[in-house]
Amino acid sequence: MTTVTIPIEEMQLVYDRPEALACTHTHYCPGCTHSIAHRLLAEAIDELGLREKTILVAPVGCAVFAYNYFNMDGVEAAHGRAPAMATGIKRVSPQNTVITYQGDGDLASIGIAEIIHVAARGEKITTIFINNAIYGMTGGQMAPTSLPNQKTTSSPLGRDVLTTGTPLKISELMSQIDGAVYVVRRSLHDVKHIRQAKKAILTALRVQEANLGFSMVELLSTCPTNWGMTPIDAMGWVESAMIPAFPLGDYKIADSVRELG
Amino acid sequence: MAREMLKGNVAMAEAAVRAGCEAYFGYPITPQTELLEYMSARMVELGRVFLQAESEVAAINMVYGAACTGVQVMSSSSSPGVSLMQEGLSYIAGSDVPCVIIDVMRGGPGLGNILPSQSDYFQVTKSAGHGDYHPIVLAPASVQEAIDFTVLAFELARKYRHLVILAADGQIGQMMEPAELPPMQPYPQPRPSWSVTGAKGRDKNVVTSLYMNADDEEAFNIRIQKKLSVIRAVEQRSDEFATEDAELLVVGYGTSGRIAMSAVQMAREKGLKVGLFRPQTIYPFPDRRLKELAEQVDMCLVIEMNAGQMVEDVRLAVNGVVPVEFYGRMGGNIPMPDELLRVIERYYAYSSVLA
Repeated sequence: MTTVTIPIEEMQLVYDRPEALACTHTHYCPGCTHSIAHRLLAEAIDELGLREKTILVAPVGCAVFAYNYFNMDGVEAAHGRAPAMATGIKRVSPQNTVITYQGDGDLASIGIAEIIHVAARGEKITTIFINNAIYGMTGGQMAPTSLPNQKTTSSPLGRDVLTTGTPLKISELMSQIDGAVYVVRRSLHDVKHIRQAKKAILTALRVQEANLGFSMVELLSTCPTNWGMTPIDAMGWVESAMIPAFPLGDYKIADSVRELG
Repeated sequence: MAREMLKGNVAMAEAAVRAGCEAYFGYPITPQTELLEYMSARMVELGRVFLQAESEVAAINMVYGAACTGVQVMSSSSSPGVSLMQEGLSYIAGSDVPCVIIDVMRGGPGLGNILPSQSDYFQVTKSAGHGDYHPIVLAPASVQEAIDFTVLAFELARKYRHLVILAADGQIGQMMEPAELPPMQPYPQPRPSWSVTGAKGRDKNVVTSLYMNADDEEAFNIRIQKKLSVIRAVEQRSDEFATEDAELLVVGYGTSGRIAMSAVQMAREKGLKVGLFRPQTIYPFPDRRLKELAEQVDMCLVIEMNAGQMVEDVRLAVNGVVPVEFYGRMGGNIPMPDELLRVIERYYAYSSVLA
């Protein structure tokens, strides 16, 4: 067996840390898809050359430290208020790219008024909505997006739709608002879908750069720890349980966005 | 600048514009709505930011966002609306960002009513959100003072990177009287180095109120307390009238202080040795001057349009040196000068006995 040594200068760099992603450890659990979502967002920001003008609004939830994991300006919002905070930032600094990164408790429960109205005003901001059907940071309680019969620490017998309702379909809801010009749901459960998610994030940011209105990418995500599953089983649960409840697709692509190409 | 007839709410709005306010976010609530309405036209006319939010909760978080970018930003509301803003006020204080809030106080608790009251003294000076901090709180007693304190509020907010609340009551907001507006300040101010503007050619800036480590959170709290101790040392403001030989010292702020002034003048005409001490900052409470006065008088009489809130700070400042009595009206009732004169006469007789 012969060993071939290739000088480092002749090696081709095929995978690197995006400049927009900070060189640091994260506190995310093994197998959690937040890390994938962070990387996709960072790649998209780099590809569009937005890092030096972006202001990230972090939520309350597992992504509370998101501002530590990106190499760009950031603020930490109160629970659910990221869209209001982003509005304040964007209105006084329209030259900046403003992104909120929110989970389902943050966006779909306590912050439902703020996300509806940020879209109603057509704020030129982008929201990355992480839907993993559970409260992660507080240890696995029922979320507005928890599935019927889903067992959580606050629905130990499974979510009873007669007393706690059915999952809120946020992309469907947001698509009804005129000011929301780009609303899509993607998934992070396999490579093919991750690539599609990346493309959607790129489009959402281009929508903001073109001043077309509010853009949102909902990402079906995992929470292996609080679902009580291995990371691989969790990916499988997204495909088998979540996608039927939250169908993937383009819920709103305004004509102005189509013209963007 | 000439004196002109101005309504309090409009005067504070124009004063904010002239002080260099770059952005206003608010929500309609009586009796402050004219302020929001005025801003909706004036800020847009000047190419500045005005936005009517979907709630006071959203409005204060818009203020928070804009404040993080280093611009001069404000909101205005009235008592129940300020209750809703408390979450955001705490985050603002917990992030060391400057902003100005005008509270045109009305009757409470609950929905209360839309009449003038000083029901928010506790809320704005002591409990403006969770955590260990106090806003700087200014209490105007006239339209002119409402104008001057609005300008001062922006200065103090910038100077200390702190939350400043103008505690005007519904009377100040709604009444008209002659006043003079300040000149237009240079606009806009440069963005400070700590603000989030995009990390171009520098390391990233982060504005957060989150410190997971106990030592870090304690260090941050110590920093807030140091800032507040400087504020207490430097920013106490008060006005007084006929205190030199006063035996009974009336203490009132805002509208109750103004009406007390009339009553004290009437008492002086009757030959009673009565003086007035009027706090202009209710945080920091002007306790140094009040302590000095307490050594000279026989009794303090606190007048408020509430059930007795500032009276607690007066008692702390006076510290038992002389008795501290209280007279208050509630529910939107405004005490009349002759009513206060009768109260003053009653306590004056009592204070003479004590002497």
